[in-house]
Amino acid sequence: MKISINGLHKAFENRIRLGIMSALAVNDKLDFTSLKEYLDVTDGNLASHLKRLEKEEFIDVEKSFIDRKPNTKYFITEEGRAAFEDHLKVLEKIIKSQK
Amino acid sequence: MKMERDYTRDISEIRSMMERSSKFLSLSGWAGIMAGIYALAGAYIAYSVFHFNPDEIIYNAPSGLPEVIFLAILILILAIGTAVFLSCKKANKRGEKVWNATSRWFLASMAVPLAAGGILILVLLSKGLIGLIAPLTLLFYGLALFNASKFTYNDVKFLGLIQIALGLTSSWFIEYSLLFWAIGFGVIHIVYGIYMHLRYER
Repeated sequence: MKISINGLHKAFENRIRLGIMSALAVNDKLDFTSLKEYLDVTDGNLASHLKRLEKEEFIDVEKSFIDRKPNTKYFITEEGRAAFEDHLKVLEKIIKSQK
Repeated sequence: MKMERDYTRDISEIRSMMERSSKFLSLSGWAGIMAGIYALAGAYIAYSVFHFNPDEIIYNAPSGLPEVIFLAILILILAIGTAVFLSCKKANKRGEKVWNATSRWFLASMAVPLAAGGILILVLLSKGLIGLIAPLTLLFYGLALFNASKFTYNDVKFLGLIQIALGLTSSWFIEYSLLFWAIGFGVIHIVYGIYMHLRYER
């Protein structure tokens, strides 16, 4: 099961993954370096979280070359956006119910 | 199970990340105030020391035209230097990096109208159309601000519109163009800087 008991998606339990989704929700595309600057994490750490989100098909990659160097851009998929919006709704509900 | 405060923190982190990755918010109100002071001082020196006060589009500047150009470049460097320094300081305070994708987009969207305006002004300068220089600096600066406002505080959009209006008005009233320039780059910057400082930095 990907969804835990309270209705929150497991993929979003981690703060870095949540950060990646938040940044991609408001940007068309972001490359690896930009994400790294925003999140202030190591290459390896970021790469593994990106892999995880990619596996869930919440984000997708676009590979190209800039000055013959590989450049990977990430963007949110429709599925990812829907899941992220659901996650926000659930968070809101939990916070309201606990007040 | 996570605690409630964790969820609240999740929400606030999501919000902060969305904001941070789409808007450059390290602009300091003080940068505007300082830029305004430099501009007023510069306009005063140009007027009283170099007697620079165009009254026609084709204007034969009294002796000190190179000095006035040098003065303008000096003001520009001082204003940009101050803005960069204060932005770095503000970003550090907020625990962010000043040089990231957002600030690059912000600068790129400023740079295109400014470069176009700068080149046009050089062309006019070489053709002796000195009177249009002050109005055009206001106009292109306003366009740059308007264009870059989507990457920073929305208030910058109105600052841009004000500068565009001042630039266009002063292109009609060339005899007052130095005064308009002092109002746009000086007074308006100071007023806006104070407003931004009170609204966002206290």
